[in-house]
Amino acid sequence: MNELENVGVAELKVSNNSVVMASFGMGSCVAVAMFDPLKKVGGLAHVMLPESRGKDKGRNPAKFADTAVEFLVDELVRKGARQKGIRCKIVGGSQMFEMPGSSGQDGDSEGKPKPKHIGARNVEAVKQALGGLGIPLVGEDTGGNYGRTVRFNTSTGELEISSIYHGRTVI
Amino acid sequence: MTGEKKGLPLTDLQIDALREAGNIGAGNAGIALSQMVKKKVDLSVPRATILPLASVPELVGGPETPVAGIYLKILGDCSGSILMLLERESAWSLAGLMVKGDLAGEDETLVKRSALRETGSILSGAYLNALGQLTNLFFKPSVPVFAMDMAGAIMDHVLVNLAASEDFVMVVETDFQVSGVKIRGHLVLFPDIGTLTIILERLGVPIE
Repeated sequence: MNELENVGVAELKVSNNSVVMASFGMGSCVAVAMFDPLKKVGGLAHVMLPESRGKDKGRNPAKFADTAVEFLVDELVRKGARQKGIRCKIVGGSQMFEMPGSSGQDGDSEGKPKPKHIGARNVEAVKQALGGLGIPLVGEDTGGNYGRTVRFNTSTGELEISSIYHGRTVI
Repeated sequence: MTGEKKGLPLTDLQIDALREAGNIGAGNAGIALSQMVKKKVDLSVPRATILPLASVPELVGGPETPVAGIYLKILGDCSGSILMLLERESAWSLAGLMVKGDLAGEDETLVKRSALRETGSILSGAYLNALGQLTNLFFKPSVPVFAMDMAGAIMDHVLVNLAASEDFVMVVETDFQVSGVKIRGHLVLFPDIGTLTIILERLGVPIE
């Protein structure tokens, strides 16, 4: 019954059985958990970067916020979810290190003004993609400067968050 | 013939060369640490492996392991990063060796964190110096940053800076141990693809 399925960095899993999916030790990454409460289909994506910028699209959609959201919805629908019934919760997107000055590489090559840290950009990109598909965000625990582990029950949609410094919460 | 994983085909000879480079870098770092704590430091044989992103945190005991991480970006002729990780208890033991006596009202945790960051910086610098001499390249370490949290969360940060277009990363990892006290840690070098190419060329085993 309560089998734990690990969803690692840049991975994505869906299931129509009652399983608990987990992503351990997330920093700037974002866990995107979607479920259809009626059909009891759920899935988890462990997103690493905000956007695919076209490249990589076919290769690993779970890695990027924009492609992961779309791909997760498609996979859930394939497993029997109704797109209109899908709900979403997101966790993560923290900034683990206080970067001295501008860190350069996090920035955009087009020379935009000082960019937000990658975690915040991941969260933003996920929300934007959700908005585009009309998927409601029903729970969120993002930001901060600490690591999180999530355990997601695909049939109830319950999401448990644990961390070293802030204990456990359920959303 | 090739590295064990797809994505980056490296020959056994190239893997050996990277391990040797890691050995020389970590050897120098070990000497520095040994001088700082006045104790013998043992090093493991380095591992040079290509790992899928999802399994990188396994290097240090799994993504939820509480660790202290000191992270530096490599600038100069090459780019990449270097990370020193200490399991939490090891980190405090090491800090205890550095910070002794009356702190005159200073916040002990703050001082110890600062000592750890400085240690990470010195060891990474020693590592990169040796690697630079070996390859005749100039590696400039960035200002170190420090965090104490889950290993996976700290790794995220490193991977994001490396893996924008790759699903695999090259890591050269060495474990070290301070004898007589329970201090164990890891030094992990993450060269990016361009750096890997240059280093292997300088070591006489270029990527074809």
